[in-house]
Amino acid sequence: MRVTVTVNGAEYAREVEPRLLLIHFIRDELGLTGSHWGCDTSNCGACIVWLDGKPVKSCTLLAAMADGRALRTVEGLATSGRLDPVQQGFIECHGLQCGFCTPGMLMTARWLLDRNPDPDEAEIREAISGQICRCTGYENIVRSIRWAAEHSTGHPLETE
Amino acid sequence: MQVPSHVEYERATSVEHALSLLGRPEHRVLAGGHSLIPMMKLRLAQPEVLVDINGLTELAFIAKDGGQLRIGALARHADLLDSAVAGECCPIFRDAERVVADPIVRLWGTIGGSLCQADPSEDLSAAFAAARATAVIRGQGGERAVPVREFHLGPYETVVGPGELLTEIRVPVAPGTGSAYEKVSRRVGDWSVAAAGAVLRLDGGKVAQAGIGLTAVGAESFVAAEAEEYLAGRPADEDSFARAGAIAARHCHPAADQRGPEDFKRHLVAELTARALRRAAARAEVR
Repeated sequence: MRVTVTVNGAEYAREVEPRLLLIHFIRDELGLTGSHWGCDTSNCGACIVWLDGKPVKSCTLLAAMADGRALRTVEGLATSGRLDPVQQGFIECHGLQCGFCTPGMLMTARWLLDRNPDPDEAEIREAISGQICRCTGYENIVRSIRWAAEHSTGHPLETE
Repeated sequence: MQVPSHVEYERATSVEHALSLLGRPEHRVLAGGHSLIPMMKLRLAQPEVLVDINGLTELAFIAKDGGQLRIGALARHADLLDSAVAGECCPIFRDAERVVADPIVRLWGTIGGSLCQADPSEDLSAAFAAARATAVIRGQGGERAVPVREFHLGPYETVVGPGELLTEIRVPVAPGTGSAYEKVSRRVGDWSVAAAGAVLRLDGGKVAQAGIGLTAVGAESFVAAEAEEYLAGRPADEDSFARAGAIAARHCHPAADQRGPEDFKRHLVAELTARALRRAAARAEVR
């Protein structure tokens, strides 16, 4: 079947099997390998992308279900060559070590801050509670998202 | 790498269209997919045709309608969690949705999908059973209403037949009623070790009607019927709630598994039932 999606504002169309999972469509068919294929069981959240404005675990959706819809992936966070504040926050606060969970964490963080620009620690931990990081113990991820909340006005790279 | 077996995909454009596509048992409804797709990846489910109903936004409502709360089958868990109208009249669902899966899964998983999956550890099945809700099922011959307490035939099996679609759940809302849900799980996103939901209608400090739902502990139809009967007409106090919890614990049938031994699960049923009843009663008094 033919699947047509908009990803980060650009339209893509591919002929795929209906059983193809969305994460493999994004990575293998579209070549956008920023989103990671992790646990394959909707536990870890490394594969989180936005589907019509909401984060989803893309290992647990079919590419067919995204037909005609809009996706946003980690490649779409930076605009005009500027990192999103959540990306900058992960740099400033050492929010990653191996980086495997990072794309999913970033997409959830952006979604959280869009809805709640000033989340406290408990709200941040709740938002990322469906995602697994095996490196940081989450402390620095929470700090990174707080950093982004505090630097979300203006342009983060110019604050340095 | 987990790969579903070959499957055809159809996208329903209306309820009638969906019904016309669902005539055979090998044709399965695809809603949020957060139970069905994992089962397909493990080859525990191998449907021939998936009928995607995600476009049927007319089934995504949550609304108070006279003496009932109406929840469309395609409403997402996050919709129910965030619904002010549901939170006001039926706080049991807010309690339960806070602990269903995780925040990301809740954005896409649906209420109807959870009920139809009929997992014996599913939370909303217990909450809807406690609330004596009614499931509305549509077929090509028309619509039928089935009490949620008669909806499940057993694990992973419901009364929804080929050519039928669960479209709505209707929850009775009566004055003087309070409700609550209490769950113990090992970690965020996990199934219950045990959980209890309570819906209490009080009249002059006494229990006019009690609804108690249990999940993950082998309660028939997710209901603690003996504890409900015990409470009817009794004072809404600590002693009654503790005794009802003990009765619920005695009459359920938990199985020992990786989430705990049988005696621990019975202990949880007693304690969580009493806690849910206590909170439900406090909420009923405020209303």
